[in-house]
Amino acid sequence: MSDVNTLTPVLTKDWGTDRSWTLPVYESRGGYASLKKALTMAQDDIIAAVKDSGLRGRGGAGFPTGMKWSFIPQDNPKPKYLVVNADESEPGTCKDTPLMMASPHVLVEGVIISSFAIRANTAFIYIRGEILHVIRRVQAAVAEAYAAGHLGKNIHGSGYDLDVVVHAGAGAYICGEETALLEGLEGRRGQPRLRPPFPAVAGLYASPTVINNVESIASVPSIIEHGAEWFSSMGTEKSKGYGIFSLSGHVTRPGQYEAPLGITLRELIDLSGGMREGHRLKFWTPGGSSTPLLTDEHLDLPLDFEGMAGAGTMLGTRAIQLFDETTCVVRAVLRWTEFYKHESCGKCTPCREGTWWLVQTLAAIERGEGSEADLDLLLDQCENILGRSFCALGDGATSPISSSIQYFRDEYVAHLTHGGCPLDPAASTVWGSSLTRSGA
Amino acid sequence: MLPETTVAELEQIAARYPEKRSGLLPMLHLVQSVEGRVTPEGIETCAEILEISPAEVSGVATFYTMYKRKPVGDYHVGVCTNTLCAVMGGDEIFARLKDHLDVGNDETTEEAPGKKSITLEHLECNAACDYAPVMMVNWEFMDNQTPDSAVTVVDDLRAGKEVTSTRGPRICTWREAERVLAGFPDGRVDEGPAAGEASLLGLRIAEDRGWTAPSADASGETGTEPTTAEGAAEEADTARAETETKQQEAADE
Amino acid sequence: MTTTPEKAGTQGAVETVSVTIDGVQVDVPKETLVIRAAEQIGVQIPRFCDHPLLAPAGACRQCLVEVPDAGNGRGFPKPQASCTLPVADGMVVNTQATSESADKAQQGVMEFLLINHPLDCPVCDKGGECPLQNQAMSNGRGESRFVGSGSGGVKRTFPKPINLSPQVLLDRERCIVCQRCTRFAEEIPGDPFIALVERGAQQQIGIAENAPFLSYFAGNTIQICPVGALTSESYRFRSRPFDLVSSPAVAEHDACGSAIRVDHRRGKVMRRLAGNDPEVNEEWITDKDRFAFTYATETDRLTYPQVRDEDGELRPASWPEAFSVAARGLADARAAGGVGVLTGGRLTGEDAYAYSKFARVALGTNDIDFRARPHSAEEADFLAAHVVATGPEGPDGGSVTYGDLESAATVVLVGFEPEDEAGAIFLRLRKAALHSGTRVLAIAPFTTRGLSKMHGTLIPTAPGDEPAAVASLLAHAEHGLDATSVILVGERLATVPGGFSAVADLVAKSGAKVAWVPRRAGDRGALETGCLPTLLPGGRPVADPQARVDAATAWGVDSLPEKAGRDGNAIVAALGAGELAGLVIGGVDPADTADSAATRDAIERARFVVALDVRASDVTRAADVVFPVAPVVDKAGTYVNWEGRPRPFEAVLGSPSSLPDLRVLAGIAEELGTTLGFRTVAEVWSQMEDIGPWDGARATMTPVAAAQKDHLGDPAGGLVLSTWKQLLDQGTMQAGDKHLAATARPAVAKVSRAVYDAVGPTVTLTGERGSVTLPAEPVDDLVDGVVWVPTNSSGLGLLTDLAPPGARVTITGGDA
Repeated sequence: MSDVNTLTPVLTKDWGTDRSWTLPVYESRGGYASLKKALTMAQDDIIAAVKDSGLRGRGGAGFPTGMKWSFIPQDNPKPKYLVVNADESEPGTCKDTPLMMASPHVLVEGVIISSFAIRANTAFIYIRGEILHVIRRVQAAVAEAYAAGHLGKNIHGSGYDLDVVVHAGAGAYICGEETALLEGLEGRRGQPRLRPPFPAVAGLYASPTVINNVESIASVPSIIEHGAEWFSSMGTEKSKGYGIFSLSGHVTRPGQYEAPLGITLRELIDLSGGMREGHRLKFWTPGGSSTPLLTDEHLDLPLDFEGMAGAGTMLGTRAIQLFDETTCVVRAVLRWTEFYKHESCGKCTPCREGTWWLVQTLAAIERGEGSEADLDLLLDQCENILGRSFCALGDGATSPISSSIQYFRDEYVAHLTHGGCPLDPAASTVWGSSLTRSGA
Repeated sequence: MLPETTVAELEQIAARYPEKRSGLLPMLHLVQSVEGRVTPEGIETCAEILEISPAEVSGVATFYTMYKRKPVGDYHVGVCTNTLCAVMGGDEIFARLKDHLDVGNDETTEEAPGKKSITLEHLECNAACDYAPVMMVNWEFMDNQTPDSAVTVVDDLRAGKEVTSTRGPRICTWREAERVLAGFPDGRVDEGPAAGEASLLGLRIAEDRGWTAPSADASGETGTEPTTAEGAAEEADTARAETETKQQEAADE
Repeated sequence: MTTTPEKAGTQGAVETVSVTIDGVQVDVPKETLVIRAAEQIGVQIPRFCDHPLLAPAGACRQCLVEVPDAGNGRGFPKPQASCTLPVADGMVVNTQATSESADKAQQGVMEFLLINHPLDCPVCDKGGECPLQNQAMSNGRGESRFVGSGSGGVKRTFPKPINLSPQVLLDRERCIVCQRCTRFAEEIPGDPFIALVERGAQQQIGIAENAPFLSYFAGNTIQICPVGALTSESYRFRSRPFDLVSSPAVAEHDACGSAIRVDHRRGKVMRRLAGNDPEVNEEWITDKDRFAFTYATETDRLTYPQVRDEDGELRPASWPEAFSVAARGLADARAAGGVGVLTGGRLTGEDAYAYSKFARVALGTNDIDFRARPHSAEEADFLAAHVVATGPEGPDGGSVTYGDLESAATVVLVGFEPEDEAGAIFLRLRKAALHSGTRVLAIAPFTTRGLSKMHGTLIPTAPGDEPAAVASLLAHAEHGLDATSVILVGERLATVPGGFSAVADLVAKSGAKVAWVPRRAGDRGALETGCLPTLLPGGRPVADPQARVDAATAWGVDSLPEKAGRDGNAIVAALGAGELAGLVIGGVDPADTADSAATRDAIERARFVVALDVRASDVTRAADVVFPVAPVVDKAGTYVNWEGRPRPFEAVLGSPSSLPDLRVLAGIAEELGTTLGFRTVAEVWSQMEDIGPWDGARATMTPVAAAQKDHLGDPAGGLVLSTWKQLLDQGTMQAGDKHLAATARPAVAKVSRAVYDAVGPTVTLTGERGSVTLPAEPVDDLVDGVVWVPTNSSGLGLLTDLAPPGARVTITGGDA
């Protein structure tokens, strides 16, 4: 472990402060200074700063944020929109939710600066509906920002107007996909749109639209405040800056760890007190369930876009779910697959029908029914879904299956020879661990 | 039909947006807060206000899982059974609650005198994995549950005792919660802490060890990002971004 | 499978790009989708959601192809949906024909589609003509791996079927949610009453509670459904596609000339489908065109001639006897004052020609009129001056066509409600408004559902005020009309004095093109063949001696009657007054005429009546000789649609005893000692071709002044009655399909909000002919002082029960 500054709290730095969600506290800690600075900057300079910072989308895909902004055709006479994707639903992902709960103003400030940069006069924050208290906090932050003159007409005398609407979703993982989110925001079924046209050209209301993840937008004030060089001083060559790493599962202290991209899982596990006592890491997701699984072979890989791609997976949302040896990988994968089946929007055949079939095949294997040939059938189904479906949901559904068969084929086979799951699910529970320990 | 005040509020929601149809999702939340579910009357009223067909509203109301077609109880209790929570004990909690409340998934406890009703449902990931196993009551976090703690929560709810989210406010009713989702705040925003303990772990360690982000004069090499959309997409993480950017380029050329 | 027809004659220079598909280079217009480009080289990429007339969806993923080069030297890493991918210059595409990966991708999708499909082809209506079945054979694997996996796959099931409407049924198990039906409903007629509901594997097509799929065009969804999910109550389980004989035909229910396909088995029509005619109805028809065909097999169908015997009863007669009795009676009547001829709207052009010639040559009269509805001399003048003998092939770019509606900047509707009165025009206008920016203006008393679906603008006009509204268009800069504008004028304008004159004036001053849209399929043909008192065939004015000589020469007679004849109203009056003694009447329902009581009375009073009809009616029961004639399905012929476009068709069913009107008239004429020179449809057609259109001077129109405006704003005077026929109503040619009837819009009186609040929700209207009581419906932008009621959706029809259009009616709260 490096000896200095392994963790770099920026977005999380105020979370421990009393009433951190309120405007007075946020401002007392320097909040909205970046906005005031940004309003004195040329809009294209803001875009350039974000480009230069190397900030890449924090919602999973890692597309350069500044480049996304620069795709907005400024000669298009239609209104421009900024839409914040706060539909945090990828299994394992739990960073935007605490961010908005504790520090909604950093998001709002980011929204104002970003909207100003792309010349949007209306912005939307699309928050999944199942996190009520987060919605309260963001609603209130927006109201406070209006009252303080950070939002509304002629913001701080700049001549710039911005309205922000907080929009509650209603339960659909697919709305994390940006065009499905736009459909939801337009009052429709959240089914992905055909592209082209791309949202940058014809997004919300067929107008130029930027859609960014919460953490991406919340990172903007710090870039404006400290500069692109500051941001890019953190991280690795092509994965700049800091990010929130969310550890969950069988570690001693699951939680949020904000660190430069490129930190390793070994470092993170050490910080969180190691795997729970008496157990060892079996498999983990680097960035949510849609990112192919890794194992304890991969503890020392840099957690950045390139490092994860090199291991055949993705950095995703840095949603690191850790499972120890008590966990049945078939059960875990089946449950994720059921999730994808439940969340498939139904629009395209491979995802809609494929997830239906995957669940049945996996469920049979978990019960110990079928034969090893079914594993090849599973892999073939995955091949017929991957890259064939309309959006990335179908691709994501195949990730846990293909990767788990790659690393744990024997465990699948064991289900067949054992006539069911050879593991005791009780042992993997929070309380089961102490039981097994005391019984051991 | 819905009360006139509700219709007025539905219209108010629609008016928040540049195009009124955008109001549909919050409008349906408001319908639920008044009707206890999405009713055919609610669908018709939304359709009329938005000048779309009832079938289109119905299509939306049946797409999103938070919209309920059967009446929901006073409280909605959801247990996360997505992989991580399930493994950490969510399956046991859910099984215990089904047994304890004598209901199946997406069912509501029977009316009993002096008892509040509860609708039980298992949930997909609710973005609180560091607090697994997680239970939601009216979409408020009940973190780090056990079967016993979950039973205590539902018993307290049924008995009408005040229950407070482990990371949030006192629990209101499901209908009241739906009203907040429709964009009508209920004044509970300042209840509860800024963050739960798990959310603060990294921050605490950094504080203890004196770790911070670099000072403002730190500098790194900028401008390393790819200069073309094509290059960016190839480096981006999904095959989709790559494919689409290529399509865009092809379209541009 | 639906593929794109090649367009005949592309206009202008289209930029093309060159692509290589399966190694074959092909040049196609820019923006062409890969799936269509492949069709150009004869490669059929399997598809379900794709439909050339619907926006691309990319939903089913069946049409995946490999694209090793997108035209920029780089390939796509994954297979691409060819239905959403436009070609690019230099693009290289490999379909299932040459690419293993494309073939595997397609096989994979097909396998997914089938895992939840019931595979009930042996009992499915679609079996034998099913794109899923066919493409599963061509692009799928023989055995399912779903059944074999694990413990065996469990298919998704649904209770079946459910009614989307009284006519359209949905078997959800068979549905592959390609969204063709929902996209059709939303995009084409603008009736999104079906939608995707639920999510994921449970996703299905649905309606909202109590809001069925009541679209006039709903039946099209059945036809474009690529599986057997959508069926009609009328056809479900009736037949197998491979037992059917398909014959092309033309729809007889309106003046659109829509191409249809009639499927029949052993002499019985089992169903009708839309034909594909890109220049006319594209691939869509109304539900009336699709389902209303059972009228021809109703039990009251006439099958043998009848004559009235001495004691006044109709009795069966042989054809020769009937011809001879009819001839004798007509000869007597001709001598005793004359014989009038009234024809209805169901006639083919050939039959109309026969009536026209029969009147002039056998009966020696110009007393003939096809307008079995309120009409005027002004209208006849207008038709002679502006409509007859025009067509798409005519000079100056020809008459207005469907295509012109799409290129017009503005289309004005006068006395015409396209959704009710000419469905194919409605669909084309909606398409024009949505995709070509055509602006639709309607001179009408309120914004109809149809008008809002065309994104049209209402020029609020009370019945009677149309002339002023038409005139105002010239002055209104914002409505400025020019030579690219089109005015579509409906037959209903005949009830407004000065209406057609105002339109003629507007046309002259603005340079706009005008088209006349009658309601019935036979009307335009009847105009062209001279079933008017002032016109001979080909638009020859009766008043023009040269034109008469020309026609007489063609017909081989010495002369033709010089005197302008009586129009329909005058014929009825003259029969009532005893001035005319005889009547030949074919296909007329008195309830449709301006004064139905007078028409019934005239038929009663006429000394001798010969009726030609398909089914028994009050007219045939009152006639002296009754001839059964063939319904359109039994005969060949030609309709001339509103464009002036001939729409010829062959007989669908051969029935030797079912004779067309022209054969009957020829038989009577022979008994009268006159030969018409034809006995068959082909012979009539050849005569018509010989005569051809008149190349002499066109008749000119004498303007008629608008009536003095007295009314409106005078509540004591009552409300002015506005009315037209809804597409589906009590019309006799819709008899026999109760499911279709159940999809009709109910009879309601549309009133202003103020009137509704004062006397709703049920109202009684009282006019000069009686009272009707109906549910009322408030309409926000209805012109004050006007009430609208459908013409033939209740009772005996409005013209019988209430008052003529434009008349005053009083309104009171109804207690019914």
